Parts: sequence; structure tokens; C-alpha cells
Amino acid sequence: MMNEVTVVLLGNPNTGKSALFNALSGLNQKVGHYPGVTVEKKQGRRRFRETSFTLIDLPGTYSLSPHSPDEKITVDVLLHQDTEVRPDAVLCVVDASNLARNLYVVTQVIELGLPVVMALNMTDLARKKGLTIDVSALEKQLGIPVVETQANRKVGVESLLETLCRQPAIPSPCVSLPKAFNQQTALLKAAWESETGDVPSDFLVSRVLLDTTDFLQGSSQFPSGEAFRLKLSDSREQLKSQGHPVPAVEPISRYEWIQKILPKVLTTSAKNPSQRRTRMDRFLMHRVWGSLVFLALMVLVFQAVFQFAAPAMDLIDQFFSICGDTVTAKMGEGALTSLIVDGVIAGVGSVVIFLPQILILFFFVGWLEDCGYMARAAYLMDRIMGQVGLNGKSFIPLLSSFACAIPGIMAARVIENRRDRLVTMLVAPLMSCSARLPVYVLLTAACIPNKSILWGWLNLQGVTLVAMYVVGIVVAVGVAFVLKKTVLHGETPPFVMELPSYKWPNLLLVFRGMARQGWEFVRQAGTLIFAVTILIWAAGYFPRDPELPRKIRAQYPRLSEIRQQIEKLGQNVGSTAGNGAEGLATIKDLKGEEQKLKSEMDAAISGSYLRSSVLGRMGQIIEPVVRPLGWDWKIGIAVIASFPAREVVVGTMGVIYNLSGDEDEESRTLREHLQGATWDDEPERPVFTVPVALSIMVFFALCAQCVSTLAVMKRETLTWRWPVFTFVYMTTLAYIGAWLTYRSGIWFMDG
Amino acid sequence: MNLREGQTAIIDRVTGEDATAIRLMEMGFVSGVEVRYVGCAPLGDPLEFEILGFRISLRRRELQRILFRKG
Repeated sequence: MMNEVTVVLLGNPNTGKSALFNALSGLNQKVGHYPGVTVEKKQGRRRFRETSFTLIDLPGTYSLSPHSPDEKITVDVLLHQDTEVRPDAVLCVVDASNLARNLYVVTQVIELGLPVVMALNMTDLARKKGLTIDVSALEKQLGIPVVETQANRKVGVESLLETLCRQPAIPSPCVSLPKAFNQQTALLKAAWESETGDVPSDFLVSRVLLDTTDFLQGSSQFPSGEAFRLKLSDSREQLKSQGHPVPAVEPISRYEWIQKILPKVLTTSAKNPSQRRTRMDRFLMHRVWGSLVFLALMVLVFQAVFQFAAPAMDLIDQFFSICGDTVTAKMGEGALTSLIVDGVIAGVGSVVIFLPQILILFFFVGWLEDCGYMARAAYLMDRIMGQVGLNGKSFIPLLSSFACAIPGIMAARVIENRRDRLVTMLVAPLMSCSARLPVYVLLTAACIPNKSILWGWLNLQGVTLVAMYVVGIVVAVGVAFVLKKTVLHGETPPFVMELPSYKWPNLLLVFRGMARQGWEFVRQAGTLIFAVTILIWAAGYFPRDPELPRKIRAQYPRLSEIRQQIEKLGQNVGSTAGNGAEGLATIKDLKGEEQKLKSEMDAAISGSYLRSSVLGRMGQIIEPVVRPLGWDWKIGIAVIASFPAREVVVGTMGVIYNLSGDEDEESRTLREHLQGATWDDEPERPVFTVPVALSIMVFFALCAQCVSTLAVMKRETLTWRWPVFTFVYMTTLAYIGAWLTYRSGIWFMDG
Repeated sequence: MNLREGQTAIIDRVTGEDATAIRLMEMGFVSGVEVRYVGCAPLGDPLEFEILGFRISLRRRELQRILFRKG
């Protein structure tokens, strides 16, 4: 008969807790959800001797005093409230090289009334710093078993499991807070009981007493009556007058105890090995050198996501194309084929194509985070980010959004403060992502003159491209600023951030995190993107006039003529030997002409289908809306069709302008078509003038044309409110921006 | 306050009762603890300190909450 034991892992950030969790549970992990928060529920399993362990990894924390819903989950789990987790024991993971501060949360955990075991991790790092820890003395002081571990090398794991198997006793609190405090806690507990009839744990009552941000007050578990509130403020007043004000009384008492026992458990050797680390930090955080290193690293990350992903993305693209072609070949033309090829395969493809970028970004982010550099990057960028009301940790998510907003938004998880995280996510899509590039390139090449300005230093086309990126950034700054002042107004959160020791990153850990996040993306956002792509496909496919191909074929009588000629010549060549070579040559020419005409005709058919479809009709209907931006209805369709995914726009324009739809931004034919396109009602007036091209580009720069991004935003914010808000604000800004661009362009050109 | 790089000071207390104050105290900024100023970021903010054996980054605004003992 197996023992079932649930162990909860807790500890400061940067203690190697995740590595230990991985070492304990191996591949036996799954990630779930706690309702209402973005914290992931990480669960693992491990069998050892007669026991089956369920391991829950909680987010790293410095203290058990919650100030946000995410932090509260930890407390809820530990007190077995509303989370379906029944902890039987707590495993505190402590960084041996940082004992003092790490012990803070340990002393709190000991008061929970659960068995506690400590894993003294990173002992190799401690040794390098010249620190020696007397483990048995530590055990005696804390009253809990302590096991030395090196999670990255899987040292001590067995010993740890053995200790957990022996089911340690519930420890008694080691830190005693002042008597006055305990008295007030008892009084409050009585008041709580009398109001609600529940008997709360001492721990919970003391937390309420200490929580001067009154965050816990808002929770439904706590008494809401006036009587209790009065008692609470009364208690706090009393404590203040007795010289033990909250919240200071807790940290003071705990650190007093910690500093008292520290000499009994820790010895520092004479040599100061932190010299090397100091030197490295002085370099990396130096005004000049640090900034340069930072810039270089950012360029590397950016390039990696932009370019290293490209070959993989091409491969994926090809793979899906081949799939599509195979299906078409096997099934022939028809609605079902189109649904599968242009709908399903294209839909799934459009999700999977993001994977290389996401994986690469998360690899770099995980790597930088694990080796400890991320904190330094945030430190360097904090001042600049602060000017717009963000904090340094927003920098990496926003930078990655230049490649693709999806991993960027997911990377915003590192920002603890909810408001800052939200603002970062909301402006991330304004960073011109790589999907906008095809549009920029196409329109710039087609409409912006290839001239050099400033004595050959700059090229107008290049300048335009950069300008589009700048537009995104400038607008983002403005939006962030406005958001922080209005909708997401709030106190700037403290930027109190630990700068962890440098260490060699645990690549296995990084890879696993990367794979996990990639899979999450596919699963979550994938379903939505897929659904919308099918919808757009349907709108662009139906209704189909079955007579249409015949009608168009009738416009190409030459085609049937040619076919007849080829047949005749073929017969002749077979019979007379003399006409052989000439005949073959003529056949070849004719076949060439046939091919050309056939492509033209096919393209005319697709174009016609598109125009008569729901999408096409919509384009014509909204033409009055887009006219002020200088666009005609064809551009309108292309923009609507690209709402789920920007990349679609180039292909769609190809189809609309009667090309095969396989065009890309480099394609000369599409470019020429754009240059030659004229208004339906004014055949002399070209559509794609400079102001029009600019207004389209600005629209794309500011518009939220990416269902995938909105889907990921929904996942990260747990509500549809924010993605909808983003869509609305960006589309509005895009429209206004395009209009302004067009108007000023016209004015500029005329003036 | 004006600290030079490498200088140390002893904390007297942290002012306020909000989340910033609580977070600072939980990280070790309590009376009697010694703090060493290591340096500052390129634009003068935030600042880097060493406390209880680890490094921490603080903005000037947060620093103002911390009162140090004289001498």
C-alpha cells in the first residue's frame, strides 16, 4: 500500500527551486491553472520507496505576506484554501550562499503548522564564496531537518526524498514576536470567531494584523463587518503605542533572530571571493561598458529571433505548402479541398509558423534569466522605462515584440506588478513586428522613389522603413503614458529587485521551460487562430457562382484555338518526318503561350471569385469608409482579409489584382501591378501614390491585425476585456494615423 | 543622502506602511542592518546596494524611505 504525500516547494527566487523540482519529478510534470490568477500550477510526481509523492512548485517568494492575487495563491495553497491542494509537508529551498535573507520566509513557513524540510541548495556556490554552514547547528536552531543539495547536479536528491519519507514532525515556531503582538492576535482571533463563526488559524489572523496595505481585507475569506475593522485598527493603534508598530514588528523580530543565530551556523573564510563577482558586475553594470554589453546582447537576441528563426520558418512554410499541394492533387478542386488547403492547413500553418520565433526568444530569455543577467538588464533600462511609467523589466518583452508580439507578450510574465505588466502587454503590438515587414517592403519598393538624400548617406526607401518603426515606438510611448495616467492609474510599484549571483545557466532547465511555453502557445492561441482563419477563408470563398469559370473562359477564345493547333501539329509531327524539328519548335512556342494564357485566366477566375465573395462585397461596402484614407475598395478587402494575420495581405493583394496569389513582397509583377493600378471610376488616376502608400503603411504599423496576438493576450490577462480594448484602440489610432498621413501627404505634395 | 561608492551605513528604519515599505523591510532593511552602496546605473538611477550578503537594486525614490543612523 503506497503512501500518498503532497509536498509543496517554496523558496526565494533564484534559489534553484525549479531545478530541484525538475530533479525530483523528472519528466513527470504537468502544468495547470489556479482559477483567477496567472500563476501556473506546476505539479510533478515521484515514487520513492513506499511513497508516491505529489510535488507542487510554488512561485518564488521572499515572504508569505501577500499583496496581490498571485501572491495570495501561495498562501491559499499552504493553508489548503480553495485550491484543491492538500499539502502534507513543505519543502523550503534555500540558497546556501544567501542564508540570512532566505531564512526569512523559512521562519514564516515554520509557523504554518505543517511539517517542514529544508533543502540547502547551491552549496557549491556557497563554498566558492568562502561560506561554511554547520548543518546540524542549523537544524537545531530551526527545529527542522536540513538536507544539503546541489539541484543542478542532482546531488542530495535521494537524501531529501528519504527525509521526506520519514515524515518529519510539525516544528514549533522559532521566532517569537513580541508578547504585545501575540496578545493582539489573540484578541483579533476572538473577534473574527464571534463575527463569522469560523476559527481561523493564528497564522492567518496575524497576517491580517500585519497587512497594512489592506489587501487581505478585500478577500472573501475575511470578516467584512464594521466591528472587526474597528477592532483591527484599534489593535494596530495599541501596538504602535506600545512601540511595536505594524508592519515593521515582523521583519524586525525575524531578522533580529536571524542575525542572532547566524554566527552559530555560518562561518565566512578570510579570503573574499566575492571580488570576482564584484568585478564582473562593475563591468556589466558600468555606465559605458555595461551599456555596450547590454546593447550587443539585445542586438544578438533581436537578430536571433528575427533571422535565426527564418530558415525554420521557411521550412515550415514549405512543409505546409507541400501538404496543401498534395491534398489538392489528391482531391481535385472544390469547396472541401479549399476548406482543407486554404482553411485548415493554412490555419494550422499560420500558428505553427510562430513556433521558431517563440522558442528562440524563450530560449534566450530563459538563458539570460538563469545566468542572472536579466536583472542587470532591467536595472540598466529602468530609468528610461520609468520615464513612460514602465519599469526596467518591460524592456525585454517590448524588444522581442519587434520580432513578434506573441512571445513578447508572454515574456511580460516576469513583470510582477499587475498594472505594469498590463501596460507592457497592451503596447507590445505597437512594436512593428516582422509580419509587417512584407507590407512595408512591398509598398516602399513600389511607391517610394529610390533616391539618395543627405549627400548619399541615406536612402529615401530606407528612411521610410525606419520611419515606420519609429511611428510604432512613438505611439507606444504615448499610449503607455496615457494608460498609466488614466485607465491603469496607480502608484508606481517599488522597484526593489534582487541582483542574483551569476551562475552557469542550467541549459536543461532553460530548454524545458522553452518547450513548455512553446507548447502552451500552440495549445491556447492555436485554437482561436485556427477558428478565425477558417472564418476568413469562408468569407473569401463563398458565395461561388458555378457559372463563373465558364463565363471567364469565354473571354479567352484564343486558349481553345491554341489547344486545337497543338493537337493538330502533334498529329502532323508524328506522320511526316520532314516537318519534325520545326513542328516541335512551334509546338513548344504554342505551349508556352498556352501556359501564359492559362495562368492569366486562372488568375482572373480567382480574382473574380474573391470580388464576388462576402469578403469582396464587404470591401466594396466599406469603400466610403476608407476613401478618406486615400484607399480604394481593393485595398479595403486586403486590409480586412489580413485582420487575422497581417502576412495574408500581400497574398490577398495578389489575388485581388488577378495574380496567382503566390506572389510575395519581392515579386516584381505585384509591384508593377500596384504601380499601374487605377481607380475604377477614374481610370486615369493611379491608386498607389506616395501619400496612399504611406497611409497604408501607417495603418499597418498601428493596427492590431493579428488574432494570434489578441488570443495570447487573452490567455495572459485571463479576460477578453483587454484584447478587445487593444483591438479598438489600435484600430482607432491606425485609422486616425492613416488619415493624418494621407491628408498631410496630399497637402505636402500639392504645396 | 550622499554616499560614495563602497561606503557603508547602518539602517535606522524604513518610513511608511505601504507595499514599498513592507517589501524593503522583508528584504532586510531593518534597524541595525549594515548596507553598502555599490554604484548606480548609467543615468543615475537606480542604485545598487549590498545587504546581508546579496545585491539589490533600488530607485532613489525608494532610497528616500530608508533612514540611516548618524555616524
